[in-house]
Amino acid sequence: MSRLKLILLQVAVGLGFLLLWHVLTTYPILAPTRQTQFFFSTPLDVLARIWKEFASGEIWRHLWITLLETILAFAFGAGGGILFGFLFARREFLAAVFDPYIKAANALPRVVLAPIFALWFGLGIWSKVALGFTLVFFIVFFNVYQGVREVSPVVLANARMLGMNERHLLRHVYWPAALTWMFSSLHTSVGFALVGAVVGEYLGSSAGLGYKIHEAESVFDVTGVFAGMAILSIFVILLDFLVTLIERRLLVWRPAPSTND
Amino acid sequence: MPISPSASAVSLHRVAITFGSKVGGYTAVQNIHLEVLPGEFIAIVGPTGCGKSTLLNASAGLLKPSDGKVEIFGVPLHGLNGRAGYLFQQDALMPWKTALQNVAVALEPKGISRKEAEVKARDWLRRVGLGAFVDRYPHMLSGGQRKRVALAQMLIRDPEILLMDEPFGPLDAQTRQIMGNLLLDLWAANRKAVLFVTHDLEEAIALADRVVVMSAGPAAGIIGEFPVPLPRPRDIAEVRLEPAFHYIHKEIWASLRTEVQKAYAQGEEASP
Repeated sequence: MSRLKLILLQVAVGLGFLLLWHVLTTYPILAPTRQTQFFFSTPLDVLARIWKEFASGEIWRHLWITLLETILAFAFGAGGGILFGFLFARREFLAAVFDPYIKAANALPRVVLAPIFALWFGLGIWSKVALGFTLVFFIVFFNVYQGVREVSPVVLANARMLGMNERHLLRHVYWPAALTWMFSSLHTSVGFALVGAVVGEYLGSSAGLGYKIHEAESVFDVTGVFAGMAILSIFVILLDFLVTLIERRLLVWRPAPSTND
Repeated sequence: MPISPSASAVSLHRVAITFGSKVGGYTAVQNIHLEVLPGEFIAIVGPTGCGKSTLLNASAGLLKPSDGKVEIFGVPLHGLNGRAGYLFQQDALMPWKTALQNVAVALEPKGISRKEAEVKARDWLRRVGLGAFVDRYPHMLSGGQRKRVALAQMLIRDPEILLMDEPFGPLDAQTRQIMGNLLLDLWAANRKAVLFVTHDLEEAIALADRVVVMSAGPAAGIIGEFPVPLPRPRDIAEVRLEPAFHYIHKEIWASLRTEVQKAYAQGEEASP
């Protein structure tokens, strides 16, 4: 399939969805328009609201707060994940002792922690960073742990035969291997950092995209909810695009994944 | 370290290697005696699974023999063999480093500055014919080119002993010939003791001063040593056409054939 055709089809699906939404909420087909508009708003209203948010400049502050929380959650989570992933992979004893506790902690639904974090860290950004941290940490931790343990034994034996000691191995073999695995989970972990931030804001805060959505919901402002969701989606896509750019730069040595066209 | 002129570069004495426990384990090789003189090129041939690589790993210090002695220039080997370079059958380059970085990093343990190491690495890559590929990552290179990088990586440290484990095994026939000639050229310029493992008898004869034949495993041993008195310098492709080559090949194959058949029969029994 040609690229142009693909893009046209993608646009057609989006427009089709918007058109269906518009028709069903503007004409009394399934139910009176008053009712459908209360529950589903209309695409034009949502678009107008998004425009207003950006035009008034109000939304930038919230976007910045959410972005800051996401970046901090990612930085701390990835840092901790790398540190402990490394440590546990190199010290089998530690890994064996802590194994059940790590599994238990990871199995816990993080949403239940949000109120506790709000209590500990207050309603500012740090309770959201903490929630994002608990999500990102485990993803990076497991990836790095796996990555360091699965370093090719041949590459390792070769490095040893080149006279490398533990310090050299750490720098030239284990560290790059761990980084690779961290980057392979970059999309997931950045996504989870954002989820942590937004869910945290949603459950209690005074700023951020999650707060905006929650605020609209509490007054049954469906247009506001959908506008917030749309802005959040665009934000996620832009963030993901940025991650792809970083990934391409940092993993130049990796062969391109085979595509089956 | 004192080096007596008579000391072998590698000396295996009554070496046995058992995997697993001593009682219920699998004995790969047993009662191995082998001397590699300084500057001598030795090829080890034998059927698949006879423990050729095991011997190499014991000489490298990657494996500790369960019995017997390994001596390097007359000194008993403890831990890794720091005087040997090892060329692996599989890809052993660091995939996150360019060809240049892969070769240069081999000098870091020797305490040579990065700048100087890179100058030397560039020179070595040129010598193995990769002068134009210094900034490529391993996945951008062909199998033969990766082997050249690995060769440069091993030789830049100037090891006194070269251990090679079917290094050209995965390559196609033409590339193997080119790599074989490259290896002989580099070796002729600076003669090291070489222990070259291969399953290809023709390759062994074309390269080596002496061909060592191993029996089929388990508990494989050395069943014959054959000198190869072909003149040097040799060309891998041309030397195969000489009558003397055929004569040597016939002689070694006579002893190798029964072992290959034995190993094959074992494989047939084990497979269903």
